[in-house]
Amino acid sequence: MAEDREFQNFTVNFGPQHPAAHGVLRLLLELDGEVVERADPHIGFLHRGTEKLLEHKTYLQGVPYFDRLDYMSMMAQEHPYVLGVERLLGIEAPERAQYIRVIFAEITRMLNHLLFLGAHGLDVGAMTMFLYTFREREQLIDFYEAVSGARIHAAYFRPGGVAKDMPDGLADKIWEFTETFPGKIDEYETLLTENRIWKQRLVGIGIVTPQQALDWGFVGPMIRGSGFAWDLRKAEPYDAYDKVEFKIPIGKNGDSYDRYLIRVEELRESNKIIRQCLKQMKAGPVRHENFKQSPPYRGAMQQDMESLIHHFKLFTEGFRTPPGEIYAATETPKGELGVYIVSDGTTKPYRVKIRAAGFNHLQAMKYMAKGHMVADVTTIVGTVDIVFGEIDR
Amino acid sequence: MSLEKLERLAEAVKSRFAGLEAELFTGFGEKHLGAAVTVHVDPDNLLAVLTILRDDPGFNFHQMIDLAGVHYPERAKPLEVVYHLLSMRHNHRIRIKVALDEGQPIPSIIGVWSCADWYEREAFDLFGILFTGHPDLRRLLNDYDFEGHPLRKDFPLSGNYELRYSEEQGRIIREPTQLQRESREYYNARDER
Repeated sequence: MAEDREFQNFTVNFGPQHPAAHGVLRLLLELDGEVVERADPHIGFLHRGTEKLLEHKTYLQGVPYFDRLDYMSMMAQEHPYVLGVERLLGIEAPERAQYIRVIFAEITRMLNHLLFLGAHGLDVGAMTMFLYTFREREQLIDFYEAVSGARIHAAYFRPGGVAKDMPDGLADKIWEFTETFPGKIDEYETLLTENRIWKQRLVGIGIVTPQQALDWGFVGPMIRGSGFAWDLRKAEPYDAYDKVEFKIPIGKNGDSYDRYLIRVEELRESNKIIRQCLKQMKAGPVRHENFKQSPPYRGAMQQDMESLIHHFKLFTEGFRTPPGEIYAATETPKGELGVYIVSDGTTKPYRVKIRAAGFNHLQAMKYMAKGHMVADVTTIVGTVDIVFGEIDR
Repeated sequence: MSLEKLERLAEAVKSRFAGLEAELFTGFGEKHLGAAVTVHVDPDNLLAVLTILRDDPGFNFHQMIDLAGVHYPERAKPLEVVYHLLSMRHNHRIRIKVALDEGQPIPSIIGVWSCADWYEREAFDLFGILFTGHPDLRRLLNDYDFEGHPLRKDFPLSGNYELRYSEEQGRIIREPTQLQRESREYYNARDER
């Protein structure tokens, strides 16, 4: 009986609730035996209409929505939006604010890559990594809390600077952390880099050729894995990135293992950037001092009628931007996050389009997973480092 | 990008494509923040222009970074598709705009950049823009049976329907949205204009 019947491909529904799906990914896999013939990701389970909501909020009220995009690298998501609004206003943040933003953008990069290491390890079967990386993540989240009062959704970057200066002693704590952190990275590497199982699961899986990387619009560690030394921090320096020195690690084979190595290397580079910033930064204002566009100081408000009016107008009506369009992009841990703002001269954006790095990377699953085994699909989902907040928006 | 570089790019576009308008925006403020080159293209020439922009060694826009729909209800051509292209080789960017009538189709650029696939599905989902030649133009972000195109300006912020679990029927049911309090917009500067 069985011999007569022709074997047919069958379809497996991976997710939307699956521990290795990194959130709410529904992946329809068409299988031939154990080999993936076709993968069709269905997204949108976390669609909250961020872009629509932003059209109904003032520019300042829009900032917290960005934390909730990629909820694993929060401040990095605010960064392009506040840069975009600043550029619309034609202003730049003061120097100290720029350094603080770079420090926290790099802390965020560490947060994201630590989660990547932990979760990727967990997917592939290295349970210990998760426990190790969350030990350090906890410390970094404490820095978030110290500076903004919130552990995750900070809303700390503001158009024109940051919400407030770093509290006393925080710089020393961050410095202390950066002294011990490279040792911790070595620890992760002893667990993984030469681990036979880790290499068997990652080497040669999900190979992206340079041509495909361009065709699919890859950015960030994904395109660096395919051998392009492309990093917006170098190519289009924003904030204080032109004042610090760092290297761009690139891969050779474009497989999952190369991308793992790149992210580990970026942890080390982030550590260096933070140390340079802490050394270079000087005391000074942390927000733009045109109080029609950024909040006046608390002390002045109790003395000065003008400041009180500015404060009231700013937090009720908001500030106006000139009509025009802007595309601002930064190098978030996952790659280029672009924000396209259309302003019509009012206090609210006319249209905001968020270009998420993970969006492109996930749609490339279609060809990345093709021809691989089912077990490798989790490796590929892990290596593209997706978070659904930014993909579904 | 420096202003001189943008000027050169705008000039190069003008000399390469006869009849195309390359608009140079010199940016906001004294430091020319956000300066960019914008090219307005007809839907008929879109594929030819984008292919040349990708392959011509002077441009080499190898990557399509973003595709955004925008809805301007009061314009004669109410829909607009905005492409952002990036060239890593020359480190420059360009913005391409295509204005569309209601219901007017635009050719899919999936043959030029594969990554346009989901971007076009998203624009179809959120704005109802039709892309001809797209192999699989389904909704992307919204529910499979969603009605309407939510990012259009005439779509209400609170939506038309809400979903809830019905104890009586034992399943999720869809009802027209009922708000306890009408949604109000404070300081709606758009009306003051």
